[in-house]
Amino acid sequence: MVTVHSGSRAVPSALSPLPLDAWLLDLTAAAVSLPNTASPDLLGDGLARLELIALHFPKFNDGRAYSQARLLRGRMGYRGELRATGDVLRDQLPFMLRCGFDSFEKADPPFGEAVRAAATLFSVVYQPAEDNRVPAAELRRLATAGAMAAAAAVSLG
Amino acid sequence: MAKNLRGTHQIVTANRLSDGVVVFFTRSGDWSPDFNDAVVADDPAAAETLLPRARGAATATVEPYLVAVELVDGAPVPVSMRERIRVGGLTFPVLAAGASRYA
Amino acid sequence: MPDSYFYRYDAHDRALVAERVAQFRDQVARRLSGDLTEEQFKPLRLTNGLYLQLHAYMLRVAIPYGTLTSGQLRALAGIARRFDRGYGHFTTRQNLQFNWIRLEDAPDILEALAAVDMHAMQTSGNCIRNVTADHFAGAAGDEVEDPRIWAEIVRQWSTLHPEFSFLPRKFKIAVTGSPRDRAAVRVHDIGLRLHRDPAGAVGFEVIVGGGLGRTPMIGKTLRDFLPREDLLAYLEATLRVYNRYGRRDNLYKARIKILVHEIGAERMRGEVDAEFHALRGTALRLPDEVIDAIARQFAAPALAARPARSEDVERLRARDRAFARWLAANVTPHRVPGYAIVTAALKQLGAPPGDASATQMDAVADLADRHSSGEVRVSHEQNLILPWVPLDDLQALWRALDALGFADPVAGRIGDIVACPGLDYCALANARSIPLAQRLSLRFGDAARQQEIGELKVRISGCINACGHHHVGHIGILGVDRNGTELYQISLGGDPEAGSTAIGEILGPALTEERTIEAIEAMVDLYLATRVAGERFVDTYRRLGADPYKEKVYGHRA
Repeated sequence: MVTVHSGSRAVPSALSPLPLDAWLLDLTAAAVSLPNTASPDLLGDGLARLELIALHFPKFNDGRAYSQARLLRGRMGYRGELRATGDVLRDQLPFMLRCGFDSFEKADPPFGEAVRAAATLFSVVYQPAEDNRVPAAELRRLATAGAMAAAAAVSLG
Repeated sequence: MAKNLRGTHQIVTANRLSDGVVVFFTRSGDWSPDFNDAVVADDPAAAETLLPRARGAATATVEPYLVAVELVDGAPVPVSMRERIRVGGLTFPVLAAGASRYA
Repeated sequence: MPDSYFYRYDAHDRALVAERVAQFRDQVARRLSGDLTEEQFKPLRLTNGLYLQLHAYMLRVAIPYGTLTSGQLRALAGIARRFDRGYGHFTTRQNLQFNWIRLEDAPDILEALAAVDMHAMQTSGNCIRNVTADHFAGAAGDEVEDPRIWAEIVRQWSTLHPEFSFLPRKFKIAVTGSPRDRAAVRVHDIGLRLHRDPAGAVGFEVIVGGGLGRTPMIGKTLRDFLPREDLLAYLEATLRVYNRYGRRDNLYKARIKILVHEIGAERMRGEVDAEFHALRGTALRLPDEVIDAIARQFAAPALAARPARSEDVERLRARDRAFARWLAANVTPHRVPGYAIVTAALKQLGAPPGDASATQMDAVADLADRHSSGEVRVSHEQNLILPWVPLDDLQALWRALDALGFADPVAGRIGDIVACPGLDYCALANARSIPLAQRLSLRFGDAARQQEIGELKVRISGCINACGHHHVGHIGILGVDRNGTELYQISLGGDPEAGSTAIGEILGPALTEERTIEAIEAMVDLYLATRVAGERFVDTYRRLGADPYKEKVYGHRA
């Protein structure tokens, strides 16, 4: 049995995503499944109407969908549900969450708890991604700037 | 490991999961680090049944596979250099001759 | 920890490494309990540097840009003693490998590394690997800027990168800051060469798609001059193009060099540029204050002013031929007058190249404290480097290194053999490397003869993956397996340095170990008999071409 687990999204969509070819013939459908070899650009203007995009991991070590996810989120501004399907394993969840996935389709056994744990596994990130977490370099810069501002305030006071 | 299938006889080997030590599938259906305990299949048909048996008992070992051996004076010897090294260990002294004072 | 003259972890770095260790401890427990299959676990252990080799697990520890404090080297010695058989192997990628590791101990070892701000992350797996740099960085006289500043910036950006942890294949980045390229930047997936534009600004030549392995290729320059603040945006653009379009259907065609080769440098540049223009100016842009904050951590130690010439050294040089030979081979001029860079050659006569015992590591750490501001480097030629040595200390240091077996005057010479672990350890190897290296080392052991032969880089790989970098050896040796017999294929004329980078040409059919040694002897004799003044072995080969060498090695049998 396949279950959908929520990441940051409260309730996963009940829609069934259409395969890309079928969706391209019916652009009014609100859910599509994109093969990992397809460019997200193919979604074109239809993107605005989509509520659910499923991206596929044929094997957990085929990482193309990570780039698709980041392009959809970061480049194309997609804000609907982004679902990881296929060989979705709990040890890849921290990466998926950072790339903008917010729901996960998974055959038994379910791993809802693992999704929650993955979000807090690492308290530090080193690079900007699609989860709005602040990278360590930026935290250091802000801390230095803050310390300098505080020092300036003290010397002015 | 097709290249190891040339010999007349076969054994099954693997590495132990917990520490990576080389182990051999034994007559009693267990695993032993002693090469002399290895059960030897003396024809391809026997080898074909030996490997699934070993895999069935492989919870604490990693990826069992068949190794071709030849009988030398009745004792099995792996055909390939790789497997002879797995059985016999490094082929050189770890420290250079005369270097033991640095060890 | 005592002072160091390179990047120091802060609370963020330490938190991440600690969390990573905890994650791996959980993953190991799940594997041992059977919750994870080997297939699921393998990529997890690999991205933590843990391989399963012939006899045991092997842990590859990252030594970013090859730089260590004495305290870190002592910690490595401690791990060798407590968890291994008392020694370790320094690799051609400036890392250290422990050969006899138990899976059950791996989390504790990672914790011991974390205690000294080290880790084993991304030393394997299809991700961005440990970033390498010039082992003379900061101390070399010819440097535009310390490349380790940039290697550290790349290290942080690439660590647990969410998009690039499941690439088609592994990805290696090297940085050099000198015109004299000691980081082999043209044979990496991405090579970065620091230089200045006409206005004096520092930026990068970006070289993409080089590599050794099954299909050796020299990288193509995609950018002549990339402004430094755009480095991460350009790297992310390149990696994204590779992640999306690199081949995943064939393990042997999955490296970025094949993508560049198949679509051509022009189209690759176009794809990367399109992505780069979209990413440029985003949060990936490096503000000056971020660069400068990291650069400040690489400030050299405060070296006391010293005379540019040491009378003690000159007196001993004139008197003691062994010392003079050591100075000529293992001591390199320093940026700062009165100082020198010393190579501690892990190439003791007949020893496995790159191996050091725990005792030797501790002793080198002590020597670094006494003579090199507490810092040690690892070179991709499998030697240790002491980068901040006062000239007046050379004599004492030479005697101490000699007592350790690390003062053979071999650096850059025929005795400075580079070799992978080969079939004695490695699950991928086809033939042994170390025994051949040992026999060659003994054959050419005479120091006077080595000096007469001069610069000659011999590099041995036990399989086509080319960890021994045989393609870029002046003499390269590749071990092959022919129906159960180990044979060695010789190539000539390889060169790792940007500007003259070349892949060696195969001389002829593979030979037995015995005949390989004879062949090298014959070719060295040919070189000595035919060289003109100032020519190195590789120069004579380039001038004469392969035929006389083929004649020497195969002639009487052809």
